[in-house]
Amino acid sequence: MSLDKGLQALEELEQQILQENDEAKKAELTRSKEALYQETFTNLSAYDRVKLARDVNRPNVEDFISHLFDDFMELHGDRGGMDDRAVIGGLAFFRGRPVTVIGHRKGHTTQQNIEARFGMASPEGYRKALRLMEQANKFHRPIICFVDTPGAYPGDEAEMHGQGEAIARCLREMFLLEVPIITIVIGEGGSGGALAFSIADRIVMLENAVYSVLSPEGFASILYKDASKANEVCELMKMTARDLYELKIADHLIREPLGSLSRHEGRVYVELSHYLQETLDELTKMKKDDLLEARYAKFRRIGQMKS
Amino acid sequence: MEELFKERKQKIISFRKLLHREKKVTRKDVPENIFVQCPKCKETILSQELEASYYVCPHCHQPLKIDAYTRLKYVLDEGSFHELYARMVTDPKIDFPGYQEKLARESKKSGLRDAFVCGVGRIEGMKVAIGVLDSRFFMGSMGSVVGEKVTLLIEYATKKKLPLIIFTASGGARMQEGIVSLMQMAKTSAALSRFQSHGGLYISYLTDPTTGGVTASFGMLGDLILAEPRALIGFAGPRVVEQTIKRKLPEGFQTSEFLLEHGFVDMIVERADMQKTLALLLRLHGGEKR
Repeated sequence: MSLDKGLQALEELEQQILQENDEAKKAELTRSKEALYQETFTNLSAYDRVKLARDVNRPNVEDFISHLFDDFMELHGDRGGMDDRAVIGGLAFFRGRPVTVIGHRKGHTTQQNIEARFGMASPEGYRKALRLMEQANKFHRPIICFVDTPGAYPGDEAEMHGQGEAIARCLREMFLLEVPIITIVIGEGGSGGALAFSIADRIVMLENAVYSVLSPEGFASILYKDASKANEVCELMKMTARDLYELKIADHLIREPLGSLSRHEGRVYVELSHYLQETLDELTKMKKDDLLEARYAKFRRIGQMKS
Repeated sequence: MEELFKERKQKIISFRKLLHREKKVTRKDVPENIFVQCPKCKETILSQELEASYYVCPHCHQPLKIDAYTRLKYVLDEGSFHELYARMVTDPKIDFPGYQEKLARESKKSGLRDAFVCGVGRIEGMKVAIGVLDSRFFMGSMGSVVGEKVTLLIEYATKKKLPLIIFTASGGARMQEGIVSLMQMAKTSAALSRFQSHGGLYISYLTDPTTGGVTASFGMLGDLILAEPRALIGFAGPRVVEQTIKRKLPEGFQTSEFLLEHGFVDMIVERADMQKTLALLLRLHGGEKR
């Protein structure tokens, strides 16, 4: 059963339970609701996960920041004339250790999403991010990136201001930063816009997060000239966290509670916090040259072949 | 007076005949290599004339598409090119539906094994590592082979301390290879971070069309960024941009000239000036015959 149908059936059962007066029948309905709940969320298709990853109620970067860090202070601007609201960046303490935090911003409401352009950053957003990363490098702070974007903003101004150049520069410069970088894919990882925050020593993905070369809709319209085939192409695209882990691009997966993250997120924060602690301890102990060598090697081996 | 009219009429008739004849020769039954139609202004051009003018339309000055080896012939000293990694092909185990078949068709059509041709050569005696994306193969898209060859070339240039020149022409990431294609942007940028921080000179030369993942990686990372006149250069393609802003883009949006105006390329270089411009730039960076 697809996620949509499952959720609809669950909704109907819920209504029946509310209207039912007989206690025995009510208990039975509750049991079948539990079973249906299990069934709906255990066999998710890739497209179901895309939908969960895009759910507006799913915790966004600001939720993660407030649960994982203390004293977050947002910093603004690319020092070139703009502050892109699609990118959030700033300073915080992680278990007493200063870190730089950067991420794509999505909102929980339409208004918030319009302000943040649904997490689609402009060149100025990538330039702000790189400025903050270089600052982190100067002050020896680890960098934690959160990825949650359908892709870089494809508008005319973004093109005029050098979207390609801004992303390319992030990709290159991040390989030179001598501080640990950890990237956490919390929702949608779309295309070059997501990659610009992914040059990291570790890439962590939440179970229902996705990461792909292009949105399934874009992919379907390019390859099959039909954006409505998005559902079918998701499986082919190998874009789920599990796929990325098997391809050794994601280094670690964080299991989500059954029934999607937007319902019970607490455990995820705890698990992620432990992982960050352990990994930062490990990475900060490494010599700078070894850290950079390992980061290079991590990406160098992707699609490597004999010459 | 009547004579004059007669003469003029005769001229018009013969001119029409000429026009008609030229139209006829573009048809399939005539060997297509004698005449070529300019895709931009639709004028008919003699192939011989095109070859003499570096495949730039003599009527509207549009540079027509040329293949990688022709490009190398125009840029490098005669006989100086030595190709590297020429035999590399896509992993036959990649099982995206229809991909291997499509690769075979692209290869047959273009005579290439993939979309990037690279090696070492000399420009006015100065040795360079050089690569060219060829849009005839899979629209110059970057999959694992292109990403790997670009990376190997950069690593080769780093090791041998050679200047690096890459000509781009690409529709972006190769969709069929999914996330691995996307990661080639990271891989090539990683290699460039090392090459450039070790003092290497990288010149990228953007040609029509350069979009998507190639623009957002080694395309835009040149120490010097040159562009061929009137090339389409961008991250998102014009169709996607139009869908986003829900209106038509103005004429000339995302062209080399547009990018020059907005500060994203150093200069526009005509095809005929390519070799001498590159030679001068190499000399300005200490290039010597060796």
